Amino acid sequence: MAREALNAYQPSDPAISARGLVRTFGKFTAVKSVSFEVAKGEIFGFLGPNGSGKTTVIKMLTGLLPMSGGEATVEGLNVRTDSERVRERIGYMSQNFSLYPDLTVTENLTFYGRVYSLSAQQLKNRIAEVIELNELGPYLNRLASQLSGGWKQRLALGCAMLHEPKLLFLDEPTAGIDPVARRQLWDLLFELSGHGITFFVTTHYMDEAERCSHVAYIYYGKLIADGTPNSLRELPDLQPQGTIRVEITTPEVTRALRLARQIPGIRNATIFGQSIHALIDDSLDFDELREQLSKSGIAIAEIRPLAPSLEDVFVELTYKNQGNGNSPEGGSEAEAKRA
Amino acid sequence: MRDIFRGFGAVFYKETLHVRRDFGTLFFSLIIPLLQMLLLGYGIDTNIRQINTVVFNADGRRESRELLDRLKNSDTFHVVRYIDSDAAMNNMIIGGKARVGIKIPVDYSDRLLHGMSAQVLVLIDGSDSSVAGQAINVTTSIGLDESLRRVLASDASFAVEMRPKLLFNPDSRSPNFFLPGLTAILLLNVTTFLTSFSIVREKERGTLEQLFVTPVRPMGLLLGKLLPYLGIGFFELLLILTFMRFAFRVPIHGSVFLLAFLSLPYIFVSLSLGILISSKANTQSEAMQLAFLTILPSIFFSGYIFPRETMPKFFYVVSYFVPASYFINITRGVILRGAGIRHLWLDGLALFAMGTFLLVIAARRFHNKVITA
Repeated sequence: MAREALNAYQPSDPAISARGLVRTFGKFTAVKSVSFEVAKGEIFGFLGPNGSGKTTVIKMLTGLLPMSGGEATVEGLNVRTDSERVRERIGYMSQNFSLYPDLTVTENLTFYGRVYSLSAQQLKNRIAEVIELNELGPYLNRLASQLSGGWKQRLALGCAMLHEPKLLFLDEPTAGIDPVARRQLWDLLFELSGHGITFFVTTHYMDEAERCSHVAYIYYGKLIADGTPNSLRELPDLQPQGTIRVEITTPEVTRALRLARQIPGIRNATIFGQSIHALIDDSLDFDELREQLSKSGIAIAEIRPLAPSLEDVFVELTYKNQGNGNSPEGGSEAEAKRA
Repeated sequence: MRDIFRGFGAVFYKETLHVRRDFGTLFFSLIIPLLQMLLLGYGIDTNIRQINTVVFNADGRRESRELLDRLKNSDTFHVVRYIDSDAAMNNMIIGGKARVGIKIPVDYSDRLLHGMSAQVLVLIDGSDSSVAGQAINVTTSIGLDESLRRVLASDASFAVEMRPKLLFNPDSRSPNFFLPGLTAILLLNVTTFLTSFSIVREKERGTLEQLFVTPVRPMGLLLGKLLPYLGIGFFELLLILTFMRFAFRVPIHGSVFLLAFLSLPYIFVSLSLGILISSKANTQSEAMQLAFLTILPSIFFSGYIFPRETMPKFFYVVSYFVPASYFINITRGVILRGAGIRHLWLDGLALFAMGTFLLVIAARRFHNKVITA
């Protein structure tokens, strides 16, 4: 529904098309009629709090979990009826990287290559390519258990792409790895995406969401945002008529925040490092605001208008949806695991 | 058709690597059964001898001493103490110091000399049925023998004489009886644990889920897992047999090749059982508990300790569903009775059928669990 509202994103030939996906676990509905499309070559960021149904959606799209309702095609194949062929065309990297710790880097790669029935020659070539691409060269004979988080993740990615899938599902690929490895992974994703590979990535990091070419936000089983990061920032819901988003820079953020929340005309305010982000009525003049704050002895360095971040977007949409009775029902991730 | 086994080669390759890498575990899983065999083979004697016995000889004359000598010479009784009251005798038995109490009354010799019937009281601790049975048998037969000798002239021969001959195990050596059965139990232990752990470990690591997103089919996965362990199980069997033959000197009367051949379906069943367990268990400790659950019936309902024929009807039927029943029949058959394939083919076939059945069930369970049809 957010899609129709937006209409900013128009995929031509989708890598994934999900229509009304539903998954129930007993009486509990973990995924409530979720629809979206992912175009080829996109980096699709799938966001949402823990237990909101992200992993359940991935499991349905990869054929790990049957759908309770709805239809999905992946790379043009119906997931319900053609799961066998779907599995040959996709790669999947799960949250915990799923490597064999007692096997070396080369052995892990060889195993996954054989799983996809690559011929001896193909296997040799592809392993060499994947090692090159992921810069795994120095670690070939090291056991997977002895790799650091970042290298584990590269190896897992390597294993998932050996058979040259056109679409890769990465479930929280950067959870728990260091910032350098995180950035390197994203550089790699951009490079691969340049070669026409589509990525379906779940993440908790807002800065990663900003890097995606297409993001969707799922909140307790319901898709509440879907579009490019820029189109989402311009959602009318976010900036209600007659309001403006500002950044107030001050050395005394905590005290300033307390005061700011009492000033009529400030709708909501939150701290970002050395500044406060606030949504204010546009009738409220910047000078007037500065005056009100300095009356209480707070030195204001600067007040300037601010474009909303994706975090702002998701916070706003979450509030809105809670108002609509979409309260969390809890336990969906646990339910998914039990199944 | 080849498709339903897809992934077999890859899984087989990986599994042999796991086994090689984890050599310590393999070594222990091979060595521990041998240690158990050593312990049980030397420690357990199924023949009941030298039962602790307390004697109250109220008579004390020559006839009574002769009777006691005959009882002692039977090798069944070991007199731990002579006492002189009923109370002391009861006390010894209740306290567990003696399992049998023999009381010869004060008029024993008198009655015999006067041609009357004399009575001897034999108190037996019934808390161990096999000990009690042996004590009853030996005392009654000595009593009977004693009576006959007194009734008949001492040089007359008995009208009917039973001549029992123990076939296959003439010295009734315990290891000969005990170890072929133990082989089945030890083999079951090793193989069931190894396979169930190997799959449950993949569940714990999340690699199983990963595999189900690839084109690997359940049958390919399961057979790829099963085959390396079939090799290990077979090797273990050869170790156990070697040990049994040369350390315990249990002669193998039949063909060793037949025994090795017929052990394959048995190992196959226990591996499939391990796989079935792993389709249910999500953690290694769950798998361990389920595996233990299979071991007790294999010990008690397989004829390993108690003969199947004497079981209550219900459990006799149950014993047909215990794979160890068939394999114990095979090991005892080949090792002790020198049985050939014409005696044992049905047991082998039954095991193979059970293994296939269990494996298919397990494959279905894996299929239904994670794969959309």
